[in-house]
Amino acid sequence: MSEPALHVKPSLVPDLNRVPPVDEVGVIERTTRFCKRSIKKDSKIEALKLALSMIDLTTLEGQDTPGKVRQLCQKAIHLHDTLDDLPHVAAVCVYPTMVGVAKNALTGHDINVASVATAFPSGMAPRAVKLEDTRMAVGDGADEIDMVISRGAFLQGEYGLVFEEIAAIKEACGDAHLKVILETGELGTLDRVRRASVLAMHAGADFIKTSTGKIQPAATMPVTLVMLQAIRDYYYETDRRVGMKPAGGISKAKQAIQYLVMLHETLGNDWMTPDLFRFGASSLANDVLMQLQKQKTGAYQSADYFSKD
Amino acid sequence: MSPKAASKRVPVAKTYKIYIGGKFPRTESGRYYTVTDKSGDVMANICQGSRKDFREAVVAARAAVPGWSSTSAYLRGQILYRIGEMLEGRRAQFIAELTSQGVASAAAEAEVSATIDRLIYYAGWADKYQQVFSSVNPVSSSHFNFSVLEATGVVAILAPEQSGLLGLISNIAPAIVGGNTCVVLGSESLPLCAISFAEVLESSDVPAGVVNILTGFKEELREHFASHMDVNAIVYCDDEQNSGAEIQQASAINIKRVISRVDRRWDDAENDNPYLISDTQETKTTWHPIGR
Amino acid sequence: MSGQSKLSFDGGWEYAPAPQDISHIQLEKKYGLFIDGDFVAPESGNYFETINPATEKPLAKVAAANGADVDKAVRAARKAFDGPWSKMSAADRGKYIYRIARMLQERSREFAVIESLDGGKPIRESRDIDIPLSAAHFFYYAGWADKLQYAFPGREAQALGVAGQIIPWNFPLLMAAWKIAPALACGNTVVLKPAETTPLTALKLAELVRDADLPPGVVNIVTGAGDTGTALVEHDDVNKIAFTGSTAVGRLIQQRLAGTAKKYTLELGGKAANIIFADAAIDQAVEGIVNGIFFNQGHVCCAGSRLLVQEAVADEVIQKLKDRMETLIVGDPLDKNTDIGAINSAAQHKRIDEYLKLGQEEGAEMYQSSRPVPASGYWCRPTLFTGVSQSNRIVQEEIFGPVLAIQTFRTMEEGVTKANNTPYGLSGGIWTDKGAKIFKMTRAIRAGVIWANTFNKFDPTSPFGGYKESGVGREGGLHGLSAYLSLEPRR
Repeated sequence: MSEPALHVKPSLVPDLNRVPPVDEVGVIERTTRFCKRSIKKDSKIEALKLALSMIDLTTLEGQDTPGKVRQLCQKAIHLHDTLDDLPHVAAVCVYPTMVGVAKNALTGHDINVASVATAFPSGMAPRAVKLEDTRMAVGDGADEIDMVISRGAFLQGEYGLVFEEIAAIKEACGDAHLKVILETGELGTLDRVRRASVLAMHAGADFIKTSTGKIQPAATMPVTLVMLQAIRDYYYETDRRVGMKPAGGISKAKQAIQYLVMLHETLGNDWMTPDLFRFGASSLANDVLMQLQKQKTGAYQSADYFSKD
Repeated sequence: MSPKAASKRVPVAKTYKIYIGGKFPRTESGRYYTVTDKSGDVMANICQGSRKDFREAVVAARAAVPGWSSTSAYLRGQILYRIGEMLEGRRAQFIAELTSQGVASAAAEAEVSATIDRLIYYAGWADKYQQVFSSVNPVSSSHFNFSVLEATGVVAILAPEQSGLLGLISNIAPAIVGGNTCVVLGSESLPLCAISFAEVLESSDVPAGVVNILTGFKEELREHFASHMDVNAIVYCDDEQNSGAEIQQASAINIKRVISRVDRRWDDAENDNPYLISDTQETKTTWHPIGR
Repeated sequence: MSGQSKLSFDGGWEYAPAPQDISHIQLEKKYGLFIDGDFVAPESGNYFETINPATEKPLAKVAAANGADVDKAVRAARKAFDGPWSKMSAADRGKYIYRIARMLQERSREFAVIESLDGGKPIRESRDIDIPLSAAHFFYYAGWADKLQYAFPGREAQALGVAGQIIPWNFPLLMAAWKIAPALACGNTVVLKPAETTPLTALKLAELVRDADLPPGVVNIVTGAGDTGTALVEHDDVNKIAFTGSTAVGRLIQQRLAGTAKKYTLELGGKAANIIFADAAIDQAVEGIVNGIFFNQGHVCCAGSRLLVQEAVADEVIQKLKDRMETLIVGDPLDKNTDIGAINSAAQHKRIDEYLKLGQEEGAEMYQSSRPVPASGYWCRPTLFTGVSQSNRIVQEEIFGPVLAIQTFRTMEEGVTKANNTPYGLSGGIWTDKGAKIFKMTRAIRAGVIWANTFNKFDPTSPFGGYKESGVGREGGLHGLSAYLSLEPRR
């Protein structure tokens, strides 16, 4: 089956040669600095709660069942009821076949259902299949679609093709928010991460996202910083705020705080909201909860006291 | 005039002029001093260079720095070698000049030979001293870090009084082989070779301004050499009447590098060494990240 | 860039104070001079106060050494040089220096805190940069002690004797390490004079030297002001002077040493250009600018105090720089989140203020971050000047504060001309993604340290020192050894 002809206007595809180069060593130095920030007391509690509210609680396993997804939704609703004033997570993130289950389980709660789509995680399917994948997830009630870009095409330099595909999926999303997964672990260099970010934003991404979680390395601070800087430049240029979602590998509260410091010092206050920043994670929530409990009681916590769903 | 005397050819005496920017002007001051031979006969009138001559020479030397310091090491080596070749071809002239200034003929011959050999010696260093003195520095961060030598710029040289040729070249060669340009004040009492050497330079592919040679009085010019703001380093080879201290003192005005080469035997093989080159070099260290 | 969209860094999430614990820090009320292995009262009978520039409160009284005290210290150093230090095997000398390195690592937090208390620099820097680098310096040079014959081909390396060392207040312990470590490794003994506003870590180092059991007199620390330094420079029995400080004082020292046989090295001022080309990794370049001028409150001789930015990206760079400046936290040096600490002294604070006024009088446009600063103590917000040219004094003169003068250029030649249009030549920065251009530029800039696509990096193995009026000689690395050796021909 051949791909449909390219019908995007070439003028809409951003000139990636104008994207500034990225120096890896300098990026790592900067991210190391974020990790030196000492976040204590009230500022820590504030950050932990914010982190919780930004989590896309995720299950993306071949062994996922409606039962598993319902348990996860239950966790999303009842994070740790003995702690007061807890926010809820931003969304539950599942495969398209589980969207309906999640939607039902979350009825009456202000928690979004996010669905991966476009032949996640490899994206190795014909465009028509990806579009259909997306439409079905949206049709089943997904509020957010996490698509993957065609890394092969991107690495081949077929930027127009990648752009067009994102634009097409965006159109298929309708009102659902589109997160575009770059799968940075397969892009190889930070320069490509930056270029892919620019391409995705120009093609209509509401969020850009690092990883599927199926490829190592997944989210790292250097990769995330480069994407945040691309978001900032795009904002400077277009006045549109694009969101950011690091996913995979962020399992500790301490890491989450470091990401928030990075976000705060790169994009400022306006991005410190689940509307514009998400953590794609499965085990982060419990570590954050343990930290919050520790802040409340002063005692270091055991995982046995926190529900694993 | 007898017919016999008429048949004897009248020699054409050379006018000794100074050498600035590849040209041979007379001193702008119009002054001269006279050097005589052993029997007291006038040998030549020598330019008594002025501070303005020095000023002009520094301008010429400064202008020559970018070109000469970026000339390839290989070519600088060949040019120094060429100076040696030219000098070899004019041995007789230099020996004659030395003997006329009172040097015994065997000693004069030895001095010219040593001078040529020293030029060849330093010519060979042109593309090697960098390898001896450079380093790659194993810094602990993710950076490539290396140190190389670069010419310090314009070097003012007060050449040794007692060694009119060998001493002169022993100071010029290491300075210019390292990419510096120089302004040299030749020996006051033995000035002839300095000017004749300028003629050798002129026929040796040495770019104009790389070597500038003045004659005149140290006493008068020393302070200007040391205090000139556009001179990067000063080499002095004599320390009469506390002049070394005066030079050091005046050199502080722009933090000149001060190189003292006092009381050296210029025929000593110790003058063949690359540390005379590194004396007028700067170490430059460069950092660059190693990453993707 | 539309220039319309603005990021907001005001209000919102604030970092709670994160003060460094200082309960384990022990400071004496009064410090004598460290001479011949012991702390002794000064012959002068005089003491001065060293104050915390963040609070303006005194930390301790410190002895003011006069000529007689300096003489005593030099005699002790001579005795140690003629005696145990020269008689000892080079390997053993090395072991003593290693010992200093290790003890410094063990006591690193204590030193970091005192450095920040006395000098006002952020604890993050003293903890992560000054103290570890100081220890690394001792560790590096310790290993040279018994390998000197391999450092200089054809030369016999011999110690000079007694080294007189005078250091500034911007990196008190690090400068002490830069001076003492190579001097000892080369077999010299030392008399070190710390800056009068920041003597405490040098005095703590003296304690450590004593605890490390170095023979008495090998390291002597004499505190005091300029006249103490003068006495040291002029002492007849000193063989070598190593000075780090201003070009004005360096010039005086060079004059004073005229006619003596003393060797000298001078690390003086700077006014480095940080050159950003349009093809640079702009975001990392912005970090490099910040690191170049706001590191250590800009009290850095090699600071990138002149920004030269290619016109095509000037607006972008300045916009990003201003945003970045909003995230720099100015305040309590002992707070772990502080980026810019206290200005080192009242005098320096006044000097910087004068330059801020001068810059505006010269017609430059001043921009400062909107970050709050504490009420008492000496502070300066990160500051930019735009609309300046080569003829402005704030472009020509070393301010030694967190003040950046921004100029633009069009072509590489123009950039090089402006960069080199200064009597200084200590350092320079170059930012471009093009390899060939990097090498062209690193050659063209007349300075002793060139940071390409990075800035303000230091390492014990890396030679440091200036061209032109930025000084004479190199410190660090193999090249740093020659300053402390006499190199005679090997026969």
